[in-house]
Amino acid sequence: MSLQARTAAADVVIVGAGIMGAMCAYELASRGLSILVIDNGTGGATGAGMGHLVVMDDNPAELALSRYSIALWNTLRKRLPEACAYRNCGTLWLAANDEECGLAEAKQARLVEYGAQSEWISASALRQLEPMLRPDLAGALKVFDDGILYAPATARWLLHQQDGRITVQEGDVTRVEGNRLCLSEGGWLTAPAILLANGLGAFRLLPDVPLRPKKGHLLITDRYPACINHQLVELGYAASAHADDGTSVAFNVQPRPTGQLLIGSSRQFDTLDKRVEFDVLGRMLMRAQDYLPGLGELNAIRGWTGFRVATPDGLPLLGQHPDQPGLWLALGHEGLGVTTASGSARLIAAQLLGEAPPFDPAPFRTERFVGVASHTPGAAA
Amino acid sequence: MKNHKTLSCDIAIVGAGPAGLAAARAASVSQRSIAVIDDNPLPGGQIWRDGPQVSQLAMAKDYRRVLSLPTVRYLPGTRIVASLAAGALLLEDAQTSYRLDYEQLILCCGAQELLLPFPGWTLPGVTGAGALQALIKSGASVAGERVLIAGSGPLLLASAATARAAGALVSGVYEQTDRYQLINFGVGLLRWPGKLAQAFKLFSTRYRWRSHVIEAMGDRRLEAVRIRQGDAEAVIACDRLACGFGLVPNTVLAQHLGCSLEDNAVAVDRYQQTSQTGIYAAGECTGVGGSELALVEGEVAGLAATGKVEQAQALFTHRAYWQRFARHVKEHFGLRPEIRRLARVDTLICRCEDVALSVLAEEQGWNAAKLQSRCGMGACQGRICGSIARELFGWSLPEPRVPLVPARIETLMACSEKDMS
Ligand SMILES: Cc1cc2nc3c(=O)[nH]c(=O)nc-3n(C[C@H](O)[C@H](O)[C@H](O)COP(=O)(O)OP(=O)(O)OC[C@H]3O[C@@H](n4cnc5c(N)ncnc54)[C@H](O)[C@@H]3O)c2cc1C
Ligand SMILES: Cc1cc2nc3c(=O)[nH]c(=O)nc-3n(C[C@H](O)[C@H](O)[C@H](O)COP(=O)(O)OP(=O)(O)OC[C@H]3O[C@@H](n4cnc5c(N)ncnc54)[C@H](O)[C@@H]3O)c2cc1C
Repeated sequence: MSLQARTAAADVVIVGAGIMGAMCAYELASRGLSILVIDNGTGGATGAGMGHLVVMDDNPAELALSRYSIALWNTLRKRLPEACAYRNCGTLWLAANDEECGLAEAKQARLVEYGAQSEWISASALRQLEPMLRPDLAGALKVFDDGILYAPATARWLLHQQDGRITVQEGDVTRVEGNRLCLSEGGWLTAPAILLANGLGAFRLLPDVPLRPKKGHLLITDRYPACINHQLVELGYAASAHADDGTSVAFNVQPRPTGQLLIGSSRQFDTLDKRVEFDVLGRMLMRAQDYLPGLGELNAIRGWTGFRVATPDGLPLLGQHPDQPGLWLALGHEGLGVTTASGSARLIAAQLLGEAPPFDPAPFRTERFVGVASHTPGAAA
Repeated sequence: MKNHKTLSCDIAIVGAGPAGLAAARAASVSQRSIAVIDDNPLPGGQIWRDGPQVSQLAMAKDYRRVLSLPTVRYLPGTRIVASLAAGALLLEDAQTSYRLDYEQLILCCGAQELLLPFPGWTLPGVTGAGALQALIKSGASVAGERVLIAGSGPLLLASAATARAAGALVSGVYEQTDRYQLINFGVGLLRWPGKLAQAFKLFSTRYRWRSHVIEAMGDRRLEAVRIRQGDAEAVIACDRLACGFGLVPNTVLAQHLGCSLEDNAVAVDRYQQTSQTGIYAAGECTGVGGSELALVEGEVAGLAATGKVEQAQALFTHRAYWQRFARHVKEHFGLRPEIRRLARVDTLICRCEDVALSVLAEEQGWNAAKLQSRCGMGACQGRICGSIARELFGWSLPEPRVPLVPARIETLMACSEKDMS
């Protein structure tokens, strides 16, 4: 089937060549559609993030989306070239005390429901698995299917698949209206469907959509091979990640295949200042040292920041704009967009082509926050 | 934090080479408190680099005296990790981290060698031309070794002289520029008689023009070098190759502080002030020009920063004299186009991350290259491959990231609110 109209630039034009745009292009092109991806080269969260593929379970919708997404990554991962640096390292959710052991137990129960394999690691077993961790931790929940990925290389790889049906073009999109978009040079483009997957750039194109930037800091060390073996996250992470306001830090460390440690994480609202803030970075590192007492001695070689894009309820907007037929959105993936790119892209493709959705699409409906109806009191979810 | 200290001074000077020492000396007259920070363990910068195999010039000793004045705090072996806020730097040495608060800042960060890739340039035994000098000054033995010097610029002769004095057998000095340029350069030196005398002293019969390295060869270590001389090629057996293509200003700290660049050097006004008020720059970070220019620029900066405007103005003519010399050198040692084409597809450009030319050649610019190939993401932070990419592809220099140099995580932790107050 081809949706292509005679004057159309492609069957679908996607704005944004980050992991979300790339995955949507890959998914739609796999169904035979021709795809034009436009990116202005400024880059976004895909180049700044951590690339932890992780099942998150703060609410059933997030769990369904992330679990489904991980399963898709697991079918794709065998094909990914080494540049994508995929590793099935698993996640260790660290419990510092009895209370957090309780959290781990509850988490395990929720994961089982969605078919995500996990195992309780006792305190002594944890000391063997990860000797760099402080010795008095109560234990950890190991989630097996989680992994890590170098997202920028993966996005590029995805855009080169599907037998030439994906074209990537440099261009700055300055306006969107339904199924038309305006380029800063070169006038208007029309297509049967236009998909916005341009992350932070959506602020400019759709000022009415309530998206908020959440700044994060990351720091990478020099190479210290055989330091840690799993992505290590404190069980209190979720509480920090979803705190509504203020600045928070949590322990989240990733072993890079190079032997470097990638250290996170921090969250700050409503700033677009790219600079590293030393008070926040310092707090984040102190938190990390709390779990990895030897960390202070290691050399850091680079720190940077990135912006997650968050909706008011923390779930992405996936679907057609309620008031603008032909305009589709894949926005607001907060700190989980590399993981959920695969599932989100599949849901978008299903909706666009009228296939049965792979999971319940209701929690991700754009009508929650987009369009005239969402602005009338009491209408939003 | 146990090993963290807070310091403060009126004037902070980065670099204890000729420019930094001259700036400190000029500023010290005003009885202001001064801090001199240098990442080398010993003072003197590149040209007056101290070490076991060095006997210093009287002038160098004289300039160094400023470091022992009671108003001057000298921090050797100290690296600048980041600017914390306007007027505050984060530093670390082997044991301690510091927050240094300052009123005015003088950047005297010098230059680094321009290394350009050719097949085999990463073999052990191959270094820069200035780097060989530094090695020898810090005590490495080259006695009896066959050394070949190549690249471009006056530094080649200085490097050959140092190697010879240390007992090396210098089999040749290969300069890429042509004879016509060299003759003009020599004739032009009549305007700077001191430099002409220096050139005579350093000149060697083994000097060859219009010649360059094609390839360094060897199994695990350098064994021979293939040289092109005019239209002929030759393979010369040797133990060391010292190859540098001139100098490039060190602008990383200035860029990090928001100072504008011009022609790849820190842009300054007549008083050596950068585009940022209260931040001055002097010496080779503002443009390569030799130690004489560095000294007078340093002096102007030290005077201007302490409000001695007229005394600074009195030095402008002398400075212009050495600025003309700098231009004279630059005009005659421009790189011939083939020098930028020595690397083969499999030659490494980024040594930290093992990125080959073929991988970079496909990218549009530094940011994409970095993201896709990890070029410049290693411990050197793109200092070397960034300059190479600028020469080879015309890409702009990478934006500096913090920490500016590898730094202990403990040092970065010392900056959290709790501890700073
Ligand atoms: C610090 C940090 C850590 C993170 N860690 C993780 C993690 O561990 N696991 C995980 O799953 N997720 C993580 N994330 C989140 C994840 O990185 C993002 O959700 C994801 O990368 C978003 O991808 P995207 O393609 O939607 O947006 P982006 O990557 O931002 O891409 C948007 C693209 O659109 C282009 N663009 C923008 N505007 C325009 C325009 N007007 N015209 C043309 N092009 C335009 C930009 O150039 C850019 O390439 C993290 C994010 C941050 C900031
Ligand atoms: C490798 C090399 C060898 C050279 N050999 C000769 C020679 O033999 N003869 C000759 O006439 N000229 C030589 N030169 C040229 C020489 O550098 C200049 O003539 C002169 O030294 C310039 O003085 P300066 O003060 O500007 O810089 P420099 O002498 O380079 O001094 C700069 C100092 O600042 C320090 N520094 C820079 N950035 C930082 C930072 N962020 N934090 C802390 N410290 C910092 C450096 O380590 C250095 O000690 C050489 C240059 C180089 C690069």
